Amino acid sequence: MSLWEYANPTKFMETSGKLLPWAASAAGLTLAAGLGWGFFLTPEDFRQGASVKVLYVHVPTAMMAINAWLMMLVASLVWLVRRHHVSALAAKAAGPVGATMTLCALVTGALWGAPVWGSWWEWDPRLTSFLVLFLFYLGYMALWAAIENPDTAADMTAILCLVGSVFAVLSRYAANFWSQGMHQGASLSLAPGERMDAAFRYPLYLCMAGFVLLFVALVLLRTRTEIRLRRLAAIEARERMA
Amino acid sequence: MMTAPALSVAALAVARGGIVVLHGLDFALSPGEALVLHGPNGIGKTSLLRTLAGLAPPAAGRIDAAPDSLAYAGHLDGMKGTLTVAENLRFWARAYGAAGIDGALAAMDLRPLADRPAGGLSAGQKRRLGLARLLVTGRPVWLLDEPTVSLDAASLALLAAVLGAHLRQGGSVLAASHADLGLAGARAFDLAPFRAGGAAAGRFGEAFA
Amino acid sequence: MMALLLRDLRLAVRAGGGFGLALAFFLALVTLVAFGTGPEGGLLARIAPGILWVGALLASLLSLDRIFALDWEDGALDLIATSPLPLEGVAAVKALAHWLTTGLPLSLAAPLLGVLLHLPGPAQGWLALSLLAGTPALSAIGTFGAALTVGVRRGGLLLSLLVLPLYVPSLVFGADCVRRAAEGMAPVTPFLLLAGITLGAAALLPFASAAALRAALR
Repeated sequence: MSLWEYANPTKFMETSGKLLPWAASAAGLTLAAGLGWGFFLTPEDFRQGASVKVLYVHVPTAMMAINAWLMMLVASLVWLVRRHHVSALAAKAAGPVGATMTLCALVTGALWGAPVWGSWWEWDPRLTSFLVLFLFYLGYMALWAAIENPDTAADMTAILCLVGSVFAVLSRYAANFWSQGMHQGASLSLAPGERMDAAFRYPLYLCMAGFVLLFVALVLLRTRTEIRLRRLAAIEARERMA
Repeated sequence: MMTAPALSVAALAVARGGIVVLHGLDFALSPGEALVLHGPNGIGKTSLLRTLAGLAPPAAGRIDAAPDSLAYAGHLDGMKGTLTVAENLRFWARAYGAAGIDGALAAMDLRPLADRPAGGLSAGQKRRLGLARLLVTGRPVWLLDEPTVSLDAASLALLAAVLGAHLRQGGSVLAASHADLGLAGARAFDLAPFRAGGAAAGRFGEAFA
Repeated sequence: MMALLLRDLRLAVRAGGGFGLALAFFLALVTLVAFGTGPEGGLLARIAPGILWVGALLASLLSLDRIFALDWEDGALDLIATSPLPLEGVAAVKALAHWLTTGLPLSLAAPLLGVLLHLPGPAQGWLALSLLAGTPALSAIGTFGAALTVGVRRGGLLLSLLVLPLYVPSLVFGADCVRRAAEGMAPVTPFLLLAGITLGAAALLPFASAAALRAALR
């Protein structure tokens, strides 16, 4: 049995229907545990105080903002190469989720920046790149909404996603070039000495897993909705023709 | 007597907006032959012509034609109002690598209008310009979508004469038209028996079985 | 291909102010910025590289939606797609025609506006050079955006939303090149990066545009 069988809508609906409750409850449990641990059971940072706890939402949403785009990129490629409709619809479904994650990362970043940097917004390369990423998400969703023919919309948005990915990387590089920035480096570095304390790290891992599961559950749910919408449209078209 | 068909389709299915509208089409068009597609509005005449022209991929089946043998003319003639008649035609002649536009201008009785902007032409004159474009393509098989729209009696006669001359020279015509084209030997082809039930095209359709 | 270029240029000229309109917009924008910030020369000189680049970018945005929309509406795009002209070439030629009618005149006129904004002397040359090297990418990217939105009614606003984020790298390197020149630093590095983006965009984006056009015509 090949992986591509899941590209059949019927097969996908069957499997995802079974998977969705598990993914959703796993996401809920992991998030409750991770956020609870992070918010209530970790010490406050000796410099930043309680505001460091934004970390448990900020880092996972920022991570998912990028991962969602990568998932859309892969799904778009699958659509362009193999013409699997589920793939195109999964990319469409991931768009608003990714945009929300990006917005969450930006807002939590602002909430964190206000007490720590003394300003809600800095024109820092990382922050700016996320703002540009958010614009990419908005454009992607707007293009899906604007084109009536679903196959054409899938083609156009997939092409935009490919080209956009290249330009997103270029923008990130350009932003580095443009300003040195004050955002701290990678939060989870493998180099010893730069690692954050284990007391912060483990609840953060749990939160990251929770947001991954949340993303999976939301994308499954939204893809199922999109497939149902497409079925409805096909049934209506068939009735018009008959 | 068997001549190789200029255009033939086998088990062709045509989709519009991801929905199959026509299926099981089998027909062939010989050199010197005209085929007029009939069918109510919305049955998929335009979609069929666009598929044959290569603008849309067939949902199923195959289309056989010699390479570079088709010329398509849609509802709209694609002529630029701010360019003169001659400039418009010269562009298409160069795009198709044709030698010149004099023959086409003469055949369509457009010589007196050659230096007029195309935007100032009457509907019938514009249609004649569109037909002149077909002449400069030099392609043998013409795919015409509603070529008689907005033509007066004189232009209709001219259209019939041009199409007749094209057929006599071994060309073929496939036209979607409600009106009579005035071609004596034209074969009518009714699309109604090939109407599809509206199943979605491609793999997505399997989900609805 | 040459025929298509000549046709598009002729259309742009006859449509009235093909060359002049973007320039007039550029001039109006720069004037308004000066009104907005106040007449202090030092401030204007400091923000001039950014203003001039953003202005050029917005001016080239103006006529993007006409690149394919007119040919789409009157059926010419169908006929071009069924003609022997390859769509990749069509997209490249359309981008070139757009650049010749907007990017090129903007680049040549920009130093005049630089004078208005007190841009220091040595930076004037780099301003023109960076615009010459950078605006072709804007036209190529814009043509791609126009191809994506070709079938969308009133797609102008959507087109801007799609295209503007893609302009970010060119804007960063272009404006930085001029800023460095104005501050007496070496402007070559951002200039080369800018030219690199233009070369990459001109080489690859016509293929993406053609793919989008094929999907739109289907």
